[in-house]
Amino acid sequence: MEAEFTETLWLDERHEFSLAELAELSGLSEAELRELVDYGAVVPRNPQALQWTFSGTCLDAIRTACRLRDSFDLDVHGVAVVIALLDRIHDLEAQLRHSRAQVPRGTR
Amino acid sequence: MKYKDYYRILGVERDASAEAIKRAYRKLAHKYHPDVSKAANAEEKFKEVAEAYETLKNPEKRAAYDQLGSYQPGQDFQPPPDWGKQFGDTQFSFEGIDLADLLAGLAAGRQRAGRRGEHVRMPGQDYEVTAHISLEEAYRGTDVDLHLTVPEYDEHGFPRRVPRAFKVRIPKGATDGQRLRLAGKGGKGIHGGRDGDLYLNIALHPHPLFRVSGHDLYLDLPLTPWEAVLGATAEVPTLGGPVRLKVPAGTRAGQQLRLARRGLPKPHAGEGDLFAIVQIVVPTVTTERERALFQQLADSSTFNPRGHFQQEVRSGS
Repeated sequence: MEAEFTETLWLDERHEFSLAELAELSGLSEAELRELVDYGAVVPRNPQALQWTFSGTCLDAIRTACRLRDSFDLDVHGVAVVIALLDRIHDLEAQLRHSRAQVPRGTR
Repeated sequence: MKYKDYYRILGVERDASAEAIKRAYRKLAHKYHPDVSKAANAEEKFKEVAEAYETLKNPEKRAAYDQLGSYQPGQDFQPPPDWGKQFGDTQFSFEGIDLADLLAGLAAGRQRAGRRGEHVRMPGQDYEVTAHISLEEAYRGTDVDLHLTVPEYDEHGFPRRVPRAFKVRIPKGATDGQRLRLAGKGGKGIHGGRDGDLYLNIALHPHPLFRVSGHDLYLDLPLTPWEAVLGATAEVPTLGGPVRLKVPAGTRAGQQLRLARRGLPKPHAGEGDLFAIVQIVVPTVTTERERALFQQLADSSTFNPRGHFQQEVRSGS
């Protein structure tokens, strides 16, 4: 089978999504995303602007939260709590990786 | 087609109530949901559980599933004659699909019949794949070949399994845990719905020398006691080739010597740093001459690395 060559896109802070794009890609509705912004679980780059934009790094947590919503019948408030906890877990994992990287081999 | 016993997967009786099925699913979802559980087989187990619940929570799908009959898990079976007509609205092809596809096709058939031919747009499914690459590949950028078998639906909503192959360029700048999005490379959308996306999670293989934190690298730098005391120039490996590192006199164990911009390249611009962490290593086998020299040093040195013990004991009493 011929493999098709595929362009890729980093989901990092340099990439930007509009509210509509984030809704389309995450599976949440725009109204649900607005509610998540109200709860402070998702922070637009430009909270004061009329047209919000979001960092590319938001998408992963929102997609995970959306999966959990579907699997556990969560409401938007539950999703907001999940996103906050996922952020904390990612921060802690990054800190743990950083600490582990500094421990010499053989002493771990 | 292989039979799957959805009741057994959820651990409920065949006559279990909808409430009991929901309870059993929730219990197993808590245990195996891949976003929650770190168990090695969590993802696989959860897929089974979710597939079973997807069918048994829906009375129509559950009835269709029950009508298939009961077999041993993994046993080859054929749906009874007219099963497709009874539960779909036309003949199914049972070739090359599994039970989940069959029941999904049934749902599509029902939806079509219920809406009298009205086509409902449905987005394609998103997929997530982990690409395991070496640190050297992350440094240079690399191509990975992905092979997936995904369900696709024809214009009537009937499923079939389609192998798909992609060659994906992972640009330099990848590091552990980063995500790439391949727009439109997931499942095909139905009736004009957008195609799903493919998400690629980057996982780096452990490296024998370098440890990774973000785009920074950490390397153990073993020094002899005399190199640490007198200073030295050490050749150290980097991903871009060996470099000479000046170790200042009086370097202590655990100190980090920074080699700026010798870490992993960042996706758009710049590079992480490489940190050499000093370890002072003593020879385990010494010659007589070496021992004599160490003895001479011991006799003439006034250095006491435990002086603060006494001080702390005095100030604490």
